[in-house]
Amino acid sequence: MRRIQVLLCSGTACQSSGSDKVKRALLDELGSHDLLSEVQIVETGCMGPCELGPVLLVYPEGTFYVRVKPDDAAEIVSEHFLKGRPVRRLLWTEGAPQPQEIPFFSRQMKLVLRNCGTIDPEKIEEYIATGGYEALGKVVTLDPAQVIAAVKESGLRGRGGAGFPTGTKWELVRAATGDTKYVICNADEGDPGAFMDRAILEGDPHAVLEGMAIAAYAVGASRGYVYVRAEYPLAIRRLEVALAQARKLGLLGARIFESDFSFDIELRMGAGAFVCGEETALMASIEGRRGEPRPRPPYPATHGLWGKPTLINNVETFANVRHIVLGGAAAFAAVGTEKSKGTKVFALAGKVRNTGLVEVPMGITLRELVFDIGGGVPAGREFKAVQIGGPSGGCLPASLLDTPVDYDSLSRHGAIMGSGGVIVLDDATCMVNMARFFLEFTADESCGKCVPCRVGTQMMLAILNRIVAGEGTDQDLVRLAEIGDMMKNASLCALGQTAPNPVLSTLRYFPEEYRAHIRDRSCPAGVCPNLVRYVVVPEACRGCDACRRACPTGAAQGTAGKAPYRIADELCIRCGACFDACPFGAVKKEPR
Amino acid sequence: MKEGTVTKDAIASRHPRSPEALLALLHDLQTANAGNYLTPDDLALAASHVGLPLSAVRDAATFYSMFSLRPRGRHIVRLCESPNCHLAGAWSALDELRRVLGVDIGETTPDGQFTLELTSCLGACGVAPVMMVDDEVVGNLTPTRVRETLGRYRGER
Repeated sequence: MRRIQVLLCSGTACQSSGSDKVKRALLDELGSHDLLSEVQIVETGCMGPCELGPVLLVYPEGTFYVRVKPDDAAEIVSEHFLKGRPVRRLLWTEGAPQPQEIPFFSRQMKLVLRNCGTIDPEKIEEYIATGGYEALGKVVTLDPAQVIAAVKESGLRGRGGAGFPTGTKWELVRAATGDTKYVICNADEGDPGAFMDRAILEGDPHAVLEGMAIAAYAVGASRGYVYVRAEYPLAIRRLEVALAQARKLGLLGARIFESDFSFDIELRMGAGAFVCGEETALMASIEGRRGEPRPRPPYPATHGLWGKPTLINNVETFANVRHIVLGGAAAFAAVGTEKSKGTKVFALAGKVRNTGLVEVPMGITLRELVFDIGGGVPAGREFKAVQIGGPSGGCLPASLLDTPVDYDSLSRHGAIMGSGGVIVLDDATCMVNMARFFLEFTADESCGKCVPCRVGTQMMLAILNRIVAGEGTDQDLVRLAEIGDMMKNASLCALGQTAPNPVLSTLRYFPEEYRAHIRDRSCPAGVCPNLVRYVVVPEACRGCDACRRACPTGAAQGTAGKAPYRIADELCIRCGACFDACPFGAVKKEPR
Repeated sequence: MKEGTVTKDAIASRHPRSPEALLALLHDLQTANAGNYLTPDDLALAASHVGLPLSAVRDAATFYSMFSLRPRGRHIVRLCESPNCHLAGAWSALDELRRVLGVDIGETTPDGQFTLELTSCLGACGVAPVMMVDDEVVGNLTPTRVRETLGRYRGER
C-alpha cells in the first residue's frame, strides 16, 4: 500500500499546460528521495478548473494544488511528502487546501464526471473498482423491456442538444423491424466553447462504452460505432485503449457475461466538418460519403446507418446510463426539475474567473452557475450576458440570471441547453459582433445542401457585416428577423434551423446595441473598429511620441516631451496603431 | 517520407474493403505523404480499395476540411478561431504566427515545414487561445509561446 497518492490531471488542457513535465519532475524528485515505493502518481482525466492547470490532488488528505510547475516538484516532495506540510503557495485559495472547501467544487454534483479526475482512464481495473461494468452485468439478466422502462422512468433526455427523451428513442429502435440494428455514439462535439464530451471520453471512456453496450442490449443491436472528431487525438487514443481492454476481458465481443448478448464497438474518425454532429450527416460520414444531412422523417430509429434501425445518442447521454441502472431510475429522477432530470455537464469559458468543466443538478440558476461556481467576471469588468448553447444557442442578459438551467426554461428565453457550452461575456463585449462571429461560423460550416441555410447564413452575415462597419439601416433589423424566421422554418437540419438564434436572441435582449451601431454609428462596447474613437487620457500620457510615430495619417499629434498628445478624430482611420504603440496605456478606445 | 505504391498498398491493406473505411483510409494515406495531402493516385487507390467510384471519393475528400488535395507543409499549424479563443486574444497569436512563419492563412512556408490554417473549436477553451501543431494541443498562447513552439518543431527537422 502506498502512503501517498498523487492524482495528476492529464486532460488535454492540463497536458497543454505541461502536466507531462510536472510528472517527470515529480518522478525525478521521488527517485532521488527514494520515495517511489511510497508515493504513487496516477494520471487522471479532467478535474475541471482548466485554466489553473496543471492541477494535482494529493491523497489521503486531499490537498489540491494549482498551476504546478516542474520547478515546484522539489518543494512538494521535500515539504509535503516528507514533512507533511502542504505547500501553501500552490493552493488555490489560502487556507482552503481541499476541494470540498472551494465553492467551484462544493457547489457541483458529480455523477457523469464522478470518475473524471479520480481514476486512471487507461486502466480498466480502476473503472471496474468504481462499480464499472456492474450495470452491464446486471442488465444482461433483465428483459430488454425492463431496461427501457427504467431509462424512461429516469426521465433522462438527450444531452447532445435537442433533449429528446432517451427511453422513448430506445423504445422506437427496439420496436423497429429488422434483424440488424446499430448503436452510434455521437462524439462529434463541435460547438465552439463545448468540451464536455472530450473530457468524458478522455477521463472515463469506459462509462461511455458501458452505456453503449447497455443500450445495444436494450434495443437489440450487435454492433456499435463511436464517431469522434479528428481534432481530439487524446480522446481517440484513450478510446482505443479502452476498447482493447474491454475486449480482452470479454466485456465487449461475443457472449458478454456468458449471456446470449454479443456486441462490439468500432471507432470512426471525422475529418473536420461541424455538420457531421447532425445525426443523418454523421451516418453519411460513417458510410464514407460527404457528411450532408438528409430530411427526416424517416428517423434513424427506423432508417439509420446503411438504412437499418439505428440508435444514436450523445457521449454524455450514454455516460449517464450506468448510474440509472445501478442507482435506480427513481434516484436519478430525484435530481433536477420536473421535466429535466439528473445533472448536466457544462463547459464554462469566456470572461469568467473559473473556467473549466462543471457538473450541476438541472434547475440550478444561471446566476449560481456563473457567479457561485464560476466566480463571476474578473475584477474591473461587469457581467453582460451569458451565451449558452453555442452557435445554436442564444445570449441571455443579466435580467435573466435567475433562469433555471433546464431544457424548457432556456428555450423559452430564446437560448437552448445545447450540448452545454457556456460563454460568459462582460461589458467589453459587443453583442452585435458576437452574433456576427457565430454567424460567420455557421455560414462557414453550412454544408450547402439546402438553400435556406446556405443562402440565409450568407445574407444574415452580410447584413451583420454592414452593421458592424457602421453602414447598417433600420430596415436591416427587419430583414434579419425575417431571414432568421425563414431559416428556422425551412432549413433541412438543426444547423440551419438554429443558426439564427445568436442573432435573434441578441436582437431581442440587446436591441439598443444594434440601434447604436445603426443610428449613432457607435459601438457602445468600443469593439467594432469603424465605430470607435481613439482618445488620449491626458493624465496617463507622458509625451513619449510613440503614438505620433506609429500613426500613418498624422492624426496622433503632439510634441515630444510635452504631454498630453491628442488624436484628431477627423484624420483618424481607426487602424489602432496608436493604441498598440502606447507603452503607458494612455490611448483608449471610446464609443463614437 | 515513404512514397510509392508498395507502402501505399500496405496502408490500404490495413483497412477493410468497404466504403465505411474511406475516411480512415484517406487520413492514413494523407499522413503518409510528406506534403500532408492526397495525391490523385491516393484517391484512385482509395476508390478501388473500398469499391467506390473515383468521383465519390473525390466528392468526400473535398468535403472535409482536414483533407487537402494540394501539398502542404510537414507540420500543420491550426489556430482555433472560435469565440472563446477570440475573446482570449487569438488574433495576437495569429499575428505572431504570420510574422514568424512569413505566410498567411492557408499558405505553406517556402521550406515546406509549416502550413498555417484556422480551425473550429478544439475543445480546450479553458486554456484559450489554443492551437494545434499536428496532434499536439498548445494552449495559453502568447506571442512568446508561439515562437517557442514553432522553434521546437523547427529543431526536430
